[in-house]
Amino acid sequence: MNAILTSKWTKAALFAICLIPFGLLVWQAAFHADLIANPAQFFEHATGDWTLRFLAITLAITPLRKILRVPQLIRFRRMLGLFAFFYVCLHLASYLWIDKYFDWRGIWADLHKRTYIIVGFSAFVLLIPLALTSTAGWIRRLGGKRWRALHRAIYASAVLGVIHYWWLVKSDISKPVEYAVIVGGLLAWRIGAWVRGRKRQLPAPGASREPAPARMP
Amino acid sequence: MLVKRSSGLTSADVTPKHIYMNRRKFLAGALVASGSALAWGKAPAYLGASPDEPRKLSGVSRWPGSTTEPVTSEQIVTHYNNFYEFGTDKTDPANNAKYFRTSPWSVSIEGEVKKPRLITMDEIMKLAPLEERIYRHRCVEAWSIVVPWIGYSLSTLLRQVEPTSKARYVAFQSLYDPAQMPQGKWAGIAFPYIEGLRLDEAMHPLTLLCVGMYGTTLPNQDGAPVRLVIPWKYGFKSIKSIVKIRFVKDQPPTTWNNESSQEYGFYSNVNPNRDHPRWSQKTERRLGGGLFHAQIPTQMFNGYGDQVAHLYAGMDLQKYF
Repeated sequence: MNAILTSKWTKAALFAICLIPFGLLVWQAAFHADLIANPAQFFEHATGDWTLRFLAITLAITPLRKILRVPQLIRFRRMLGLFAFFYVCLHLASYLWIDKYFDWRGIWADLHKRTYIIVGFSAFVLLIPLALTSTAGWIRRLGGKRWRALHRAIYASAVLGVIHYWWLVKSDISKPVEYAVIVGGLLAWRIGAWVRGRKRQLPAPGASREPAPARMP
Repeated sequence: MLVKRSSGLTSADVTPKHIYMNRRKFLAGALVASGSALAWGKAPAYLGASPDEPRKLSGVSRWPGSTTEPVTSEQIVTHYNNFYEFGTDKTDPANNAKYFRTSPWSVSIEGEVKKPRLITMDEIMKLAPLEERIYRHRCVEAWSIVVPWIGYSLSTLLRQVEPTSKARYVAFQSLYDPAQMPQGKWAGIAFPYIEGLRLDEAMHPLTLLCVGMYGTTLPNQDGAPVRLVIPWKYGFKSIKSIVKIRFVKDQPPTTWNNESSQEYGFYSNVNPNRDHPRWSQKTERRLGGGLFHAQIPTQMFNGYGDQVAHLYAGMDLQKYF
């Protein structure tokens, strides 16, 4: 098990798997575009869905490491997070290109009038510094503590992403609710872990009054 | 279509039951197909029978007012539908309405009329010569299609029952049969679907009582066996699978207005100057245009202003949207 998790081939295989949705989209665009009634909506929804899925998978790594006691999973987290960023870039490109066809006035009107687009765009912007500082060099430069603090922005981004989806559906909210439950659950686990960590570190009566600050996992 | 479900996460223990159930739309459809088959008392025949296929319509004349714009492909018009009784994904109705029973069918016409009656589908088909009318059809979701509908002016039917002087509005109701439309439970809107028009809108010659398209009777997912098509209003006004028409004194409630009155008005005339609160109505996407096509400008009254603008003379269309 350990050999599989630490093998470079596993990472390469996972990389290829993460590209499958992209490959399918390209394949559909290239050979079956005529079957897609509303290409803008089709590509926006598909890439939006995959962004939320990759955000959720990325957020699941830490709980899975702890619950299943497989710390090696950390090897895959950066790649999964970067795939979330990859799909959100495709999502934005679908909007700018296929949907709006670079109609900048229309895009500007959307950006300052449409709440769900503002929320979605904020979720995207929050991910940019995380993608840029995802390298080992940046972790060193920022220092682990500051780097971790910065990368907590993914929590906000995921929540905004779910709100973005929720606000755009007309009446059937079952799919946004699914994402809300999953993202909510993953964040709730972190809050639980943080509270447990604090309790453990609370000083016994009479001991030092300055507990070490608990770390958000 | 891509795989729609996410991740390898196990959230079944926290997912609310109705959402969990919603994943099984397909299975539910199958269950209901057999369930309603039993209800009809001839399970094997019904399950084995081929679905109600659209029938070819003969003796259809060409209507001179048709648009000359390219007609949208039948494949798109039959596989990109909003018919929430059969599910909220655009492709749901084509899958889930396959076994929808549309015969026998009759429409009750009642309310403020001298001669209320229950009219059968056969009678509706023979009431007036059928015309093929190619209309632009603009959805409130900012996409549009061009469809060769078949039917005749709704006014022909409405005159049959002789409305009284009290009749000022006409209310319409779709069939809602939960046994045949199990997906309706998750649609997030109340059924039966209801719509309404002012009497002069309902009597307007452009308002089509539609029984077919593309040379045949209506496919189930497009509102079989009889629906309205009101080309200058957003698509959701063009109610499908009508079972009841009622003449009334006061403005009747309508489904989408009930759900969100800020977003969907009673009139819902196509209006590029009045945005939906969540998206722009200035432009629209003509379906079937391929991958990279700019949106086209949306026209006031969907381009039918010459014929219908007088109906709203002096009205503030920002207020009565």
